[in-house]
Amino acid sequence: MIPGQFRAASRPVFLAFLSLALASIPLWAPRFWIYIATQALIFAIFAMSLDLLVGYAGLPSFGHAAFYGVGAYACALLALGHVDGLVPLLLVGALASGLAALPIGALSLRTSGIYFLMLTLAFAQMLWGLAVNWTSLTRGTDGLIGIPRPTLPGLDMFNISLYERGPFFTLCLVVAITLFVLLEALARSPFGKTLEGIRENDRRMRALGFPTFRYRLAAFVIAGAVAGISGSLAAMSNGFATPDLLYWTVSGLALIAVVVGGSRSLVGPVLGAFVVLIAQLGLSTYIDRWELVLGALFIAFVLFLPRGLVGLVRRT
Amino acid sequence: MDVLNLAHGSFYMIGAYAAYTVVMATHNFWLALLVAPALLAVLGAALELVFFRRLYRHGHLAQVLMTFGFTLVFIDLIRSRFGPTTRAIAPPPGLGGAVHLLGATFSSYSLFVLGVAIAIGVLLVAGWRLSRLGVVLRAGVADKEMAGLLGIDLPRVFTLTFATGAALAGLGGVIAAPEFAIYPGMDANVLILALVVVVIGGLGSIEGALAGAAVIGLGYVIGTTLFPQLAIGLIFALMAAVLVVRPSGLLGRRS
Repeated sequence: MIPGQFRAASRPVFLAFLSLALASIPLWAPRFWIYIATQALIFAIFAMSLDLLVGYAGLPSFGHAAFYGVGAYACALLALGHVDGLVPLLLVGALASGLAALPIGALSLRTSGIYFLMLTLAFAQMLWGLAVNWTSLTRGTDGLIGIPRPTLPGLDMFNISLYERGPFFTLCLVVAITLFVLLEALARSPFGKTLEGIRENDRRMRALGFPTFRYRLAAFVIAGAVAGISGSLAAMSNGFATPDLLYWTVSGLALIAVVVGGSRSLVGPVLGAFVVLIAQLGLSTYIDRWELVLGALFIAFVLFLPRGLVGLVRRT
Repeated sequence: MDVLNLAHGSFYMIGAYAAYTVVMATHNFWLALLVAPALLAVLGAALELVFFRRLYRHGHLAQVLMTFGFTLVFIDLIRSRFGPTTRAIAPPPGLGGAVHLLGATFSSYSLFVLGVAIAIGVLLVAGWRLSRLGVVLRAGVADKEMAGLLGIDLPRVFTLTFATGAALAGLGGVIAAPEFAIYPGMDANVLILALVVVVIGGLGSIEGALAGAAVIGLGYVIGTTLFPQLAIGLIFALMAAVLVVRPSGLLGRRS
């Protein structure tokens, strides 16, 4: 499964082109589309973190929304507690989600395959139930509202406010590119290669002396923490955090994004996230029965393009 | 069958709405009890023949994603036909009252549900263990190629099994309809509970699923009665406890 020539030559060119194209969006796109692109970028970070699990570690989690939601709630609570620094707000999401991922991963990873999938789904739905029922902390289905956006020292000097769509989009892009580079480095590091080895043959890796459970758990926690950062950004972007963020359809959409784009590539999930988000927001703007069309679209994708968009250019 | 079908909750929801439609039209609950499972058996068989059949070799992830697509389609169809409001139907005549038994009072409909559940449980276990279809199905899941070589028409067995599963989910929906509310979103609730039950009980074991259902049902009811806020947490704790002790479920075989 070597990605071949696509990765060897044209991938950096493609990535540079993609980054530039994205960076130019605030300059020309209408306001509504800047908003959609922002949501898609946040979702892309979320999908990349899931790809670390699904693609590299071979762990099909159907409960990744848990860490998206936990990150969003952690960021919301801190922001409502009058903390307005960007870095602490992003890190608290990562920290809270990483901490949540530790016990959930430790229990779910005792199983594998279809079991793992169902367990992660069940855990995420339970956190959703917690968000709905723990009204003293989360305000139930109303959610936490009126979350202020953070400030960055220095931006005021140039009269730039993160409340405006363009600068906030650029912030998300910077975070996304940073995380992409970090995840890419992680995937190419000995740690990433070990994960791929464990995915291909757990028993052999154990025989070679690798503590495979700890590697998997580490991957689960890292993916959770990155998802938490995307959750933080979502809370800032929306200005609210509701239980919907943790609902199982969010996990489903992220998995669709990974598979539609093509897993084990990190670029694929980014493309997939844009396709899914634009399909979702675009369809829901113009069509009443958009969920039906979206569902049908996913079914068609799985049937006719099982290896994703990246599969179109990638040779195996 | 070793297939993960997220649309199973949708079958349950469709069953409940089918019951609602039939009861509204004919005022006959017993007719609904026949019509809804039959409808879902047909729907299940059709889905299996057209869609799922292509996915068995693609692994679980593809199944999950396609069935997730189906849940979106079904919930939207239900919402467009019935709207987002909660519906309810009355228990069938004769079962609306209460029964005194062993010094406690039960609603007679609950006892009816209990009776149906026991009957179906016994039928399923007997069918799985003793009937030809049960044997063939177990053989097919254990080793597809070998079962095929022995002349078993596996595709047909799988269609039948899928249709049966869908019909049972629909039956569950009908029976639940007078007891719980009927609303779009009931599919996800029941799906999660069913997944937890199956995980606790052990995959591929019908007895395990029954045991898991008993554990979760009791845990949930006791939980909601004693600590209403924490009922979900209690289920979560139960599941975690079972998994720590037996990762493959109460009655599941270790893989």
